[in-house]
Amino acid sequence: MTICEKLQQALQPLFPLCDVSSEPLVKDEPQVADSEKEESQTADTPTVGVLWTDAGRYGHHLDIVCLPDQVVPVAGIMDREGFFLEAITGVDWLKRQQLEVVYDYNRLGGEHCRVMVRTFLPRNNPVVPTVSSVFPAADWHERETYDFYGIQFQGHPNLIRILLPEDADFHPLLKDYTP
Amino acid sequence: MSVPLHLRSDEVFVLNLGPQHPATHGVLRVKLTMDGEYIVKAEPVLGYIHRMHEKMAEDGIFAQFMPNTARMDYLHALAFNHGWALVVEKAAGIEVPERAEYIRVITVELNRIASHLLWWAAFLLDLGGFTPLLYAFDDREKIIDLLERVTGSRLTYCYMRFGGVLNDIDDEFITGTRDFIKRLRSRLPRQYHDLVTHNIILIKRIKDIGFVSAEQCRRYGATGPVARGSGINYDVRKNEPYSVYPEFDFDIPVFPEGDSMARYMVRMHEIEQSMRIIEQALDKLPAGPVMGKAPRQLKPDAGYYYSAVETARGLLGHRLVCDGDKNPYKLKLRSPTFSNLSLFGEVAEGMLLADALAFMGSLDLVIPEIDR
Repeated sequence: MTICEKLQQALQPLFPLCDVSSEPLVKDEPQVADSEKEESQTADTPTVGVLWTDAGRYGHHLDIVCLPDQVVPVAGIMDREGFFLEAITGVDWLKRQQLEVVYDYNRLGGEHCRVMVRTFLPRNNPVVPTVSSVFPAADWHERETYDFYGIQFQGHPNLIRILLPEDADFHPLLKDYTP
Repeated sequence: MSVPLHLRSDEVFVLNLGPQHPATHGVLRVKLTMDGEYIVKAEPVLGYIHRMHEKMAEDGIFAQFMPNTARMDYLHALAFNHGWALVVEKAAGIEVPERAEYIRVITVELNRIASHLLWWAAFLLDLGGFTPLLYAFDDREKIIDLLERVTGSRLTYCYMRFGGVLNDIDDEFITGTRDFIKRLRSRLPRQYHDLVTHNIILIKRIKDIGFVSAEQCRRYGATGPVARGSGINYDVRKNEPYSVYPEFDFDIPVFPEGDSMARYMVRMHEIEQSMRIIEQALDKLPAGPVMGKAPRQLKPDAGYYYSAVETARGLLGHRLVCDGDKNPYKLKLRSPTFSNLSLFGEVAEGMLLADALAFMGSLDLVIPEIDR
C-alpha cells in the first residue's frame, strides 16, 4: 500500500459520506480542472471529499476539500502519518463571495506524496481554527494569510501582522483591494 | 538548552538585533529578551523589505513575473527562475527541449555553488574571519563572469523562458566552466578545508552549537541543508525529480549531528556534488534547439498547480491557481528560509548571544526571500 492510500484510509472516518476507500478515481484525466470550471460558474462550493489527482500534471497526489472545523483533525492525521506542513495560503473567490484556505502537506523523504487540503469560508466572516497547535510551522504561515486576506485563525497564539507594517488596515491580496 | 540555574537572575532586558545589523545579512530584526548574555526569548520581526511579489504576479501576465523571481533569492536567482518556469510549463503543458533542460541544470548548479560560496564567506565573516571572504569571492567572481556571458546579468538573472532558455551556451562557456571546476577542485582542500573547516577556532565556535532535531525540522517545515544537517535525507532533486536531474549520478550529503557544523558540512559537500552534476551535464550535453514551442499568450486551464525545486536554501514551492485567464489568479511562493527561520525562536532559547549569531549564520538566511 502506498503512503497516499494509507493516508486515504486514515482520513476515511472524517468523510463518512464519501466513498473514499474505492479505487483511485482519476490517474490521468484532468477532472479537477473540469470540476473547478463548473464550480466557478455555478457558484457552488466544491463537495467535501478526497480526490485523487495526477501528480505529474498538477503536482499533488491528493486533493482534499474539508469543512472549516475539519481542518484540525485533518492536520492531526497528517502529523501522525509523518507529513510536514509546507505552506498555508488563501485564495479570494470574489464572484462566489468565498475565501479559500489552502494547506500544502508533503513528506520529508521516503515515498513522495503531496497533499492539498482546502476549505472554504464565507467572505464576510472568514474564521477557521488554527492548526498551529499541531504544526508550529503554521504559526507564521497563518499570520501571513491573516496579513494578506484577513482570515481569522481562531485560537492562534499571536495573530498579528507579519510582513506588512503593524499599523496596516488593509488586506492587499483581496481581489477588491485597491491601493 | 536553558539558562544555567546559578546564572538566572530576576531581571531581563530587551535587546534589538537589527534591523540593520551585520549579522542579519539584510534587514531582519530579532527582538531578544536577554538574561545577561543568555537569550530568554527570541522573536524574529519580518517584513522590512516586503514588496508583495504575489500581488505583482496577479497583476501581470505569466511572462511578466519572470524578472521578479530573481529579486527574491538574489543569491540563487536561477533556481527561482526555474521554479516559476516549471510551474507555468506544468500548467500550460509546454514541452522543453532536452538541450535547454541541460543548460538549465548547468546554470542552476553553477549558481548554487556561487550561493554556497557567498554563504561560506558571510558566515565566516559573522564569526570574525575576514580572509575566507576574499578566497570565496575570488571563486564566485568566476561563476558570475560565466553566467554573465550566457544570461546577460550578473546577479538578478531573467534567463529562463517558458519552453526553454534565453541564450544557448557557447564553447567558451563550456571550457570556462570546466576550467573553473578544475580550479575550485584544486583550491577546496587548501583554501577552504585546511584553512577553515579543520580550523580549531571554527570547530569550537560551531560544533555542538545550535542543535536542531529531525523532528523539529518536520514540525517547522525546515528543508534544504538545515534538514539534511539533521539527518533527514530529503532533496527535491532526488525525492521529487524534475528537469533532467534523474539522468545524473550525484549524492545527497546528509549529516545526522544537527549542529551548526553539520549544516556547514552539508553545504561544503554540496559544492562538490554540484560540480559533479555540471561535469556530467557538460559531457552529455545534447545538440538541438534551446527554445521549444510556446504560445505567445498563455491561458492555462483552470486548476491548482504545484511545483517544487531545490534551491540552495531548501524547498521552493509555487502554488499556482489559474482560472483560465491570461493572468495568474493566485500565486503563493513557499520560500524555504521563511520556514527555516521560524524554528530560530525555539532553538535560540537559552543560548548565548554569540552562539545564537553563529546559529543564525548557519541557517543561511536571505531576507528578500523571506519577506518576498
